[in-house]
Amino acid sequence: MHLVYPATLAVLLFCVGLYGVLARRNAILVLMSVELMLNAVNLNLVAFDVWLRDSLHAGQALTLFTIAIAAAEIGIGLAIVLLVYRNRGSSDIDRLRDLREGTGPPQDGSGPGSADEKSLAPATDNAAGSGSDQGTSAGRQHA
Amino acid sequence: MTLTASHPGFLSPAGVEIVFVLVGLVTLGAALVTVTTRQLVHAALWLVAALGGVAVEYLLLTAEFIAWVQVLIYVGSVVVLLLFGLMLTRAPIGRSPDADSGNRWVALAVAVAAAATLLTVVIDAFRSTWIDVEESVAGSSKVTGTALFRHWVLPFEALSVLLLAALVGAIVLSRRHGQKGSDR
Repeated sequence: MHLVYPATLAVLLFCVGLYGVLARRNAILVLMSVELMLNAVNLNLVAFDVWLRDSLHAGQALTLFTIAIAAAEIGIGLAIVLLVYRNRGSSDIDRLRDLREGTGPPQDGSGPGSADEKSLAPATDNAAGSGSDQGTSAGRQHA
Repeated sequence: MTLTASHPGFLSPAGVEIVFVLVGLVTLGAALVTVTTRQLVHAALWLVAALGGVAVEYLLLTAEFIAWVQVLIYVGSVVVLLLFGLMLTRAPIGRSPDADSGNRWVALAVAVAAAATLLTVVIDAFRSTWIDVEESVAGSSKVTGTALFRHWVLPFEALSVLLLAALVGAIVLSRRHGQKGSDR
């Protein structure tokens, strides 16, 4: 088999995942695109391992490790996304901009008040959430 | 699949290439639908098709153990986790108009530029390189297990510690703390 076929497929899958990471708004869709990119890398590793016929089978061993690390990553990532959703009431990564620099363009840097209006303030959109969330956020502000 | 080592396999070499290209087209199409559809649950279901296509490509590259690991872990658990995540964040069932962010054209330009650059380099580099998939099976479970437990034992054990840490971290992150104030 020509080595160009798996290499080309891996490149195209990686770029599809790259587009998804950059263009998607929902955090879980971004995680799906990251999975596509990891699969492209795995396909490259397997193809080059089969081509080189390494006696240590480094490519396939590394592919197994990558799959396990991807599983750990998706677990942690989903836990973080669920925590953000519980605290903020949204998982849109465009609206989570509390950590951006304050000195932005002049229409953004007019003060912390306007920045808070644009971003999603913690636990204000959480009307549908239970009362323990409110208590949690209030307790964290006291702590 | 181990029979392909002893006698001419189920597919001729040209047949393997044709099947690889066809499955690759299906995989690529499923991946494109995954990143462009506006229905969030459909994106997860198309991701199953893309990951399953990659598993078939592993089988065609005679890496059968990795193919089944791909089916078990990706299709079996990662997609189910993603579906759970979609449902726990109350994703809309129908079409959601704001699935794509405002900079999708910039993202498209970046992705097309990266694809063009990488394709040029990769095709130029491996223009005259062939994989011999008929000679022997490179990734049967015996070969992979021998390599994994003879040469890669220490990374394997370190990886189990990493998985344990990820498990504990996920539990700590998703625990509802603060029945009586914050216990952090």
